[in-house]
Amino acid sequence: MTFRARHLLGIEHLAPEEIRTVLDLSEKYVDLNRRTVKQADALAGLTQINMFFENSTRTQASFELAGKRLGADVMNMSVAHSSVKKGETLIDTAMTLNAMHPDLLVVRHPSSGAVNLLASKVNCAVLNAGDGRHEHPTQALLDALTIRRAKGRIQRLTVAICGDIAHSRVARSNLILLGKMENRVRLIAPPTLMPSGVQDFGCELYDDMREGLKDADVVMMLRLQKERMDGGFIPSEREYYHRYGLDAEKLAFAKEDAIVMHPGPMNRGVEIDGEIADDINRSVIQEQVEMGVAVRMACMDLLARNLRAERGAKAVGVMV
Amino acid sequence: MTLHLQNARLIDPESLTETEGSLTVENGQITALNGPGLKGAQVIDCGGKCLAPGIVDIGVKVGEPGERHKESFRSAALAAAAGGVTTIITRPDTNPAIDTPEALEFVNRRAAEASPVRIRQMAALTKGRQGREMTEIGFLLDAGAVSFTDCDHVVSDTKVLSRAMTYAKSLGALIIGHPQDPGLSAGSAATSGKFASLRGLPGVSPMAERMGLDRDLSLIEMTGARYHFDQITVARALPPLERAKKNGLDVTAGTSIHHLTLNEFDVGDYRTFFKVKPPLRSEDDRLAIVEAVASGLIDIISSMHTPQDEESKRLPYEEAASGAVALETFLPAALRLYHAGQLTLPQLFRAMALNPAKRLGLPQGRLSVGAPADLVLFDPDAPFVLDRFTLRSKSKNTPFDGARMEGKVLATFVGGKQVFGTGA
Repeated sequence: MTFRARHLLGIEHLAPEEIRTVLDLSEKYVDLNRRTVKQADALAGLTQINMFFENSTRTQASFELAGKRLGADVMNMSVAHSSVKKGETLIDTAMTLNAMHPDLLVVRHPSSGAVNLLASKVNCAVLNAGDGRHEHPTQALLDALTIRRAKGRIQRLTVAICGDIAHSRVARSNLILLGKMENRVRLIAPPTLMPSGVQDFGCELYDDMREGLKDADVVMMLRLQKERMDGGFIPSEREYYHRYGLDAEKLAFAKEDAIVMHPGPMNRGVEIDGEIADDINRSVIQEQVEMGVAVRMACMDLLARNLRAERGAKAVGVMV
Repeated sequence: MTLHLQNARLIDPESLTETEGSLTVENGQITALNGPGLKGAQVIDCGGKCLAPGIVDIGVKVGEPGERHKESFRSAALAAAAGGVTTIITRPDTNPAIDTPEALEFVNRRAAEASPVRIRQMAALTKGRQGREMTEIGFLLDAGAVSFTDCDHVVSDTKVLSRAMTYAKSLGALIIGHPQDPGLSAGSAATSGKFASLRGLPGVSPMAERMGLDRDLSLIEMTGARYHFDQITVARALPPLERAKKNGLDVTAGTSIHHLTLNEFDVGDYRTFFKVKPPLRSEDDRLAIVEAVASGLIDIISSMHTPQDEESKRLPYEEAASGAVALETFLPAALRLYHAGQLTLPQLFRAMALNPAKRLGLPQGRLSVGAPADLVLFDPDAPFVLDRFTLRSKSKNTPFDGARMEGKVLATFVGGKQVFGTGA
């Protein structure tokens, strides 16, 4: 079992064996979460602060539940509505919180790299819950767990990621993780929503969805954010749905047993047909939500172990 | 006051040669090369080190007026002297902008108070750098403006720009422009490509620079204006630039020391001290620009010295301010290109001293009899590790903090007077 990281800032910094460690531990928490009494004490006595500079009901709830089930004291701060509006900088907010001695800081921020900046200024473990267009590591880990449970492995699979790749941190973390675990990653997007230079990451690029889905084991749909409409990236929602929305006809190009994923929240009828989203034989979207809590429990557990080990070492140092 | 600098390695950017010899200075001017030692002259033994014309740096930002806590004329001048920069040409992108003769007189007066190096000012091309009405180019010329620029604000209205160019031409004024298509580059924080995608930063295509260049070249052809591009940083901009020069347009081009010595990957983990404008480019682009400096297609290297305080840099990358201080690291950074075998010392000083002086009609930048004795004595091989807190600039935002560098300024002379170095 290996997990050396002090913070969880992105998949980029994780080694394949660390990813495997998270997934293995998550399995245990999946079992725990299915019991009637869902209590463990991995985070007992620790303080977890969820700091969301961008609104997110689902991710925040998932982190909150994960912390509470592990016995942490959890506090939520919707910073989107607080002192940041009064002109306080990110660093000041971080320093203020740091003075309250949290042990785990879960941060979501609209700017790429903001969580890295924050992590350099505090002395607790920081979990990136999504920063700008950069990374969303727990999402990629929960997707990996979902895939592994459905497919029995997380190697040598063909995974098609489809939609607004350019603005998606979910896509970025996923393509890094899937690449590290030696899968074939295909990116499917209209050219205006495809970031430049991604071919260098070892992905195959498609602008035709049928070609891209051919023989895929996993179809991962991304949310099309409404604000992209105004940016002139695509002509209209209905044309987007026609060309890139996942319906039964397009899904038929993927393997017969291909699973359908979506990080949520879904726009039914924009990127995905409601019937496919609800098809219990194809869609694992609800399972992804379930895995989310378990993966976040595993990540916080592992970071807390490293934190305790680090502090223990320091304490011993004082004794000597 | 007579000075005799002997046992020097003379770097002559005019003849592109390096020779062992001596140099004599009388009354602030170079009066002899390899002449006899004059009676009563102060003799300085250069110990075989390099003696070159002092650097003429177009595009230095000083925080006066408006942001004196970032840089004052005094701190900028001290930094310049320590960096071997003997003439700084300041930018008008202050707050308020230098767009009236009155504002220009204010900064002229501030600059003249206790500055060890020469300071000349540029003025804005349009009022408030808003791109709507041209400034009083005639009055500003009379008040001493050496050229006209809106800095990184591109004049997007081509009618306004063409009129300003036509008017400036009639007065013989030089315009400095920032080649960048404003629409395509809006909101960008990095050069599009693998790095921007990896870091999730909004990118701008290198093509935006060529589009800005192409547009301005058309207007130059139309109006006959004297024009200088402040920063050419991508390979794709070079062919049209070469064509324009061949066709006899009155154009020159510059680039910044950071674009010559760093690339986009140096930004690493969102290090905002590496955020400059335009953003750092790919390694291929960097190498193409180095080659263009060697061939002379790019005429001028500038430091693009842009002081920023800690607060404006300690922000998420997209929100952080652009720019880096560079007066003191200009020469050692440039010497990286010399040590890499990409540029000779005379080629470097052609781009850092001779060409900028020539373009602005200044007598500096030469190592010839009759030229002002603005000189820098330096050891190109002296190694050091840069600690940003040792910089004389009020702002410490250098991308070279902790970097291993080679090249130390031993002495700087302005008008024959030593302004930096032992005994200064």
